[in-house]
Amino acid sequence: MGPLLDATDPWIRWDWFWLHVPVFEARLLEHVELTAIAVVVGIVIAAPMAIVAYRWRPLRDPLLAIGGLLYTIPSLALFAFLIPFTGLTVLTSEIGLVSYTLLILLRNMVVGLEGVPEEVRDAARGMGYRPLAMLLRVEIPLATPAILAGIRIATVTTIGLVTVTALIGEGGLGQLINEGLIEDFKTPLVVGTVLSIVLALVADLGLAGVERLLTPWARRSL
Amino acid sequence: MVFLGQVIAWFLNPAHWTGSHGVPTRVLEHLQISGIAVGAALVIALPIGIALGHWGRGGLLAINVSNVGRALPSFGILVIAFEVFGLNNTPVLVALTLLAIPPVVTNSFIAVRDVDPELRDAARGMGMRERRVLFEVELPLALPLIMAGIRTAAVQVVATATLAALIAGGGLGRYILDGLGQRDDVQVFAGAALVALLAMAVELAFSGLEQIVTPRGIKGNPVGRMAVGVVEPRLF
Repeated sequence: MGPLLDATDPWIRWDWFWLHVPVFEARLLEHVELTAIAVVVGIVIAAPMAIVAYRWRPLRDPLLAIGGLLYTIPSLALFAFLIPFTGLTVLTSEIGLVSYTLLILLRNMVVGLEGVPEEVRDAARGMGYRPLAMLLRVEIPLATPAILAGIRIATVTTIGLVTVTALIGEGGLGQLINEGLIEDFKTPLVVGTVLSIVLALVADLGLAGVERLLTPWARRSL
Repeated sequence: MVFLGQVIAWFLNPAHWTGSHGVPTRVLEHLQISGIAVGAALVIALPIGIALGHWGRGGLLAINVSNVGRALPSFGILVIAFEVFGLNNTPVLVALTLLAIPPVVTNSFIAVRDVDPELRDAARGMGMRERRVLFEVELPLALPLIMAGIRTAAVQVVATATLAALIAGGGLGRYILDGLGQRDDVQVFAGAALVALLAMAVELAFSGLEQIVTPRGIKGNPVGRMAVGVVEPRLF
């Protein structure tokens, strides 16, 4: 790959843009799919981990540390680690993406559960709630704002990370960015980057809306 | 197992430890570009975050800057910066600095804003001028949280500097991208291991620094702890 800068190439070539709208749509859809799978799988794995970390104190710090460790590894490196084992596949991308959502989701779930006031728990116990009922009907509902904030951050972060998976042959909108880089052609690069930002902001706003609908008592959002 | 043996052999090969393609050179390149980017980001972001926090203004801006920052795809920003600045270190520096600014602004804003208002009042009541209130009361108390923001930014920058290799830059990303290009999984894996280790070392170093700069008065203080625990998850 020997990028040569072509100064005469405009940022957007509209003729090319209009011809390739269907391609953009396909890439955008791929991007949404890769993100959705990562976040949903992340939630499915993080939720039981969070409950374990919350209920069994000795496991709290080790579990959070595992999440933190995975989060520290640069995305490209994490994908690279997996390539010898899972090849240049969707599986490789998803394992990487899911591991990044884990720390964010896990931390927010644990912080949310721990934020339930002790008096509330006492009152629930006094009313005869058993541990499972208390978890489902008192603790998780009260932790919802923090949990949703985690899902929101995980989603937005994943949308940005999915672009990097283009380097290992997957990648939704990242593929457009990569094309732009390899062919030194700015239009797909700009379209891919802008669509990725727009998608992230739309997801952020959409999830913020869900947050408001589900937790009308927590209006003070940071 | 055979594969891991090959990776170990890669690390034991003395040829990989000398010269302009050797590990020490690559690590140095990586740290150098990351360091400059974080430094530049601090010069820009700290005054903004601290000033806004001190005046208690612009909260929406300070918080949203990190929401927008998270939405920026580092890969795209890097390539666009390359198109603007050409084939040298500038695009990498610009992209990395841009990525490091949001967590620092948001954290320093929250850190200074959330200093107990009673302490601020007490300081003013003792006759301290605004400058001394800021430098002798607010900043020391805010320092741990500010450092947490710098740590987040630094780790992110070290991670993203891996992509610098995409536009002919140096650093440890070279091993990964060259390995991908040559279908040399061993080199890819070795590069990934080096980057991961470096990122963890940076994380640990900054955590240590955070401990050191925490004023003795708020060490182990449950209130101080809480603030870190609640705010941090929002900053990634």
